[in-house]
Amino acid sequence: MTIEEIQQQIIEDFSGFEDWMDKYGLLIDLGNELTPIDPKYKVESNLIRGCQSRVWLHQEFTEGKIIFEAESDALIVKGLVALLLKIYSNRTPHEILTSEPRFIDEIGLRQHLSPTRSNGLLAMVKQMKLYALAYEKISQKNN
Amino acid sequence: MSITNIMIPDILKIRKDFPILDQKVNGKPLIYLDNAATSQRPQQVIDRINEFSLRINGNIHRATHFFANKTTEAYENARETLRSFLNAEETAEIIFTHGATESINLVAHSFGDLFIHRGDEVIVTEMEHHANIVPWQMMCERRGAKLRVLPFGDDGVLQLGLLDELLNEKTRIVAVAHVSNVLGTVNPIAEIISKAHLKNIPVLIDGAQGAPHFKTDVQELDCDFYVFSGHKMYGPTGIGVLYGKRKWLDQMPPFFGGGEMIDRVTMQKTTYNEIPYKFEAGTPHYVGAIGLAAAVDYLNNPELSLINHYENDLLSQATLRLKQIEGLKIYGEAPEKAGVLSFNIEGIHPFDLGTLLDQMGIAVRTGRLCADPVMDHYGVENMVRASFAFYNTAEEIETFYKALIRLKAMF
Repeated sequence: MTIEEIQQQIIEDFSGFEDWMDKYGLLIDLGNELTPIDPKYKVESNLIRGCQSRVWLHQEFTEGKIIFEAESDALIVKGLVALLLKIYSNRTPHEILTSEPRFIDEIGLRQHLSPTRSNGLLAMVKQMKLYALAYEKISQKNN
Repeated sequence: MSITNIMIPDILKIRKDFPILDQKVNGKPLIYLDNAATSQRPQQVIDRINEFSLRINGNIHRATHFFANKTTEAYENARETLRSFLNAEETAEIIFTHGATESINLVAHSFGDLFIHRGDEVIVTEMEHHANIVPWQMMCERRGAKLRVLPFGDDGVLQLGLLDELLNEKTRIVAVAHVSNVLGTVNPIAEIISKAHLKNIPVLIDGAQGAPHFKTDVQELDCDFYVFSGHKMYGPTGIGVLYGKRKWLDQMPPFFGGGEMIDRVTMQKTTYNEIPYKFEAGTPHYVGAIGLAAAVDYLNNPELSLINHYENDLLSQATLRLKQIEGLKIYGEAPEKAGVLSFNIEGIHPFDLGTLLDQMGIAVRTGRLCADPVMDHYGVENMVRASFAFYNTAEEIETFYKALIRLKAMF
């Protein structure tokens, strides 16, 4: 599936909820289900520090695609991290650079990506894009 | 105590003075429990501020016209109101600043430049807000002095016994919070001051969390400096107070240079104005000062004479309720506390709790609470803090408690 198709799927998954508790309940479930990041990657150099919560992001570049692993200490953030990984992990740099995580807005969780929220999520998206940019440049050079 | 036994000044009537409280947030009636971060302003303060935007505005101390005179009069009356609030000996000892942070920076800078030298020591406590740590650290780095720390125990009480060892012939000043913004501890400042004074060491009290709850008599307390912010005590943002004894303020050099703080300027040399003006360079935030005085007038309302007891009852009720929640740990269990209840629930990140409480219309603070050393003391990254004001109600505490129970079940 393309990034866009996955985003659409997520929007549909969330559209059924009228009660905010169900929406956050699903995020918490997603957070709980997220495969924990390998402890060896849960290090300072992979840490994206928000004032409120922390996110760890690790990446590897194989066969033209970036594989991201990530985790947060806050469960709601972890749920959102899981969704971001669903759309951005195992993608080419080009795919990552050309898609915005619009689903967050659509499912009514935009405030979590606001710069004032300081939960590390916005910084995580920026970081993923920076990796994509770097790998795209490397690939272009190698070609 | 029983939770129904709350002594009630007419809170519902008092709440009507705070129009902001009568709102819905995320579809739920607002329950504002972040008063230690900033408190809400009564209509009386809002009206006073508006008056100086709508009808009277002139720069103070500088002109002879009607507006200038009216504004100057209101500003200097505000200084007198604040003097009376603190029972300072004279109005010249009341300096208007941007807030507690600027007040502390001013003292660290001006007192430090004059009295602190290489090898000297400054004492703070482990429970200080960053605003009462960093300015001293910066000053110590500049002056080659050393910052010494009075620790607290796990119960949130300062280990006062260790103070005698820390106070020595190198100590130049002690800076301590009246009330901890994380632990809620009301510190034994009178005792700290008398211990320090025995060795002729001055003491600065960070009253940012004290002034909203207590009327402090600085002469009786005999503190050398007392600082606080207007916005945490029902006044406007951007205004605060530095009280200092004349004997210190007279000697201390100015912090900022500019207009108003001068006596006479030539290109060769400037002589400085007297206190308080020496420390109020530039056009001060006079509207803020006037608004803060209105907040103090509001607090002087006899109806609010029982607010301390009432706030303590709210805190006891909240403590009692939260202790019933399994896996909830309260940080700071000093016998004497004011206004603040910090906690964590096992297995739930404070960010998650704060986010979900917000969905229920309940405003709390989450994070590191501008007190990294306190987080380190307990080995936690974050905390949740509920903080109370006299306009909070027993019903709100019950709703808060039930919300926590409900949310805990989601994890």
